[in-house]
Amino acid sequence: MTPRRDGPALGRAPLALLVPAALAVLFLLLPLVALLARTPWGRLGDELTSRPVLDALRLTVETSLASTLVVLVVGIPLAWLLARVEFPGRSLARALVIVPLVLPPVVGGVALLSAFGRVGLLGPALRSAGITLPFTTAGVVVAHAFVSLPFFVLAVEGALRASDEEYDVVAASLGASRLTVFLRVTLPLAWPGVLAGLVLAWARSLGEFGATITFAGNYQGTTRTMPSAIYTALQSDQDAAIVLAVILLLFCVAVLALLRERWFDQAMAGTVRG
Amino acid sequence: MKNRLAVALLALAATSVAGCGGSDSGSKATGKTETGTLNVLAASSLTESFTELKKQFESDHPGVTVKLAFDSSATLAEQVDQGAPADVLATADAATMQTVVDAGNASTPTDFATNKLAMVVPADNPAHLSSFADLGKPGVAYVACVPTAPCGKLARTQLDAHHVTAKPKSEEVDVKAVLAKVEAGEADAGLVYVTDAVAAGTKVTSIDVPASGDTLNVYPIAVLKNAVKPTLAQEWVDLVLSSQGRQVLTTAGFGTP
Repeated sequence: MTPRRDGPALGRAPLALLVPAALAVLFLLLPLVALLARTPWGRLGDELTSRPVLDALRLTVETSLASTLVVLVVGIPLAWLLARVEFPGRSLARALVIVPLVLPPVVGGVALLSAFGRVGLLGPALRSAGITLPFTTAGVVVAHAFVSLPFFVLAVEGALRASDEEYDVVAASLGASRLTVFLRVTLPLAWPGVLAGLVLAWARSLGEFGATITFAGNYQGTTRTMPSAIYTALQSDQDAAIVLAVILLLFCVAVLALLRERWFDQAMAGTVRG
Repeated sequence: MKNRLAVALLALAATSVAGCGGSDSGSKATGKTETGTLNVLAASSLTESFTELKKQFESDHPGVTVKLAFDSSATLAEQVDQGAPADVLATADAATMQTVVDAGNASTPTDFATNKLAMVVPADNPAHLSSFADLGKPGVAYVACVPTAPCGKLARTQLDAHHVTAKPKSEEVDVKAVLAKVEAGEADAGLVYVTDAVAAGTKVTSIDVPASGDTLNVYPIAVLKNAVKPTLAQEWVDLVLSSQGRQVLTTAGFGTP
């Protein structure tokens, strides 16, 4: 928590900022309110206890957590590399990180199929190693990790670049190895950025379905996450789709509210501070 | 007034339609010849045949542009019920059309085609399947439509009729997505319509599905109540029902109702 008061020195918040900010809040709020107003609440209980919905919810939680873990493990080293190490092709690598961000998720799914699908580039090799990704829960995690990695890397790289490299230099001059410097100095300083990145990556993963449905498929219990279930329901029973959407929404809001208490404020304060 | 989501989608669809069909202004059923844009909504399995018929219709009607929108029947029906500016609707099953009729947005639909379930395998048939019952073999990864979609309903009926208890690896929302999984070689087999198998050409191989019970989907077409171009709309329906239309549909693999 970083309380910043509008002290007398700063004066009142100007209308020129307040009005657009209020508009932004309305813009975000109105569709949500409209959605809730249209929700057939009577069906909430039925859907919440139905097997397909519980399966989808469980799958969403599992895969989003797993993919966030994957993203954390490979994302931190990548962000560090991009922020701290000069190497040829660094700007190219940076651009590459953005690609999944601008790629329509469905195209991402096709790209993943071309690489890891049964007849994809690495398909035969994976298969001889006994690994199949399409139509499996592991495939869902791969798709999620692909689309959420950029969010994490961008947040962490930003935090690393904002934190002072001087500390690293001092630690190194005192004899710390580069890995020790990274673990004991760099990473702790960038921690708020890491947390913010985790929340962003996890949130992206929760809502993901385009790449998932294309790459991993859509089947109850193995690959049908909440967003896929919503999309599927939308084709036949719109009211059910809305109820599912509200369930996912409430779930996300609950988790974010909990996180906000502990992490998010801290994380955001950290990124702002830089 | 069913839900906001659909309304929002519709607003989007409506603006894009309005953007393209700006020359419509006020020609509403004044003379015998209408010009401008005719909006036709059709089930995605009609993509090839309706695109072909569009060419014929436009050359027969100078000054007329046919705008085709293909989607799942349920989505199209929902769009119509939410007031999308469309003149003609063709769905892949009678039940979906009935919801539009019940909502008072169309009357007296005409059946114009039938479609059958087909089993397709990738050209190299990696799982060496030779019959519909082979879907039940252990380790076979096949995909089908979700049971709530017409193609999924049909697939379920046939699987039950042939006592195939193996579950699909994935349930796709529409039939083209099933075909895509087979074409890409990700699935050993897919359950699609005969017309999709025809359209896919040599990229897939068809395996006969022995007829059993309810094997057909009937496709109805109707002029919509709120059609902006009712005359043109009726002429489109007439073309689809004509011998010319029949020929195009037959080439695409459709049957006669």
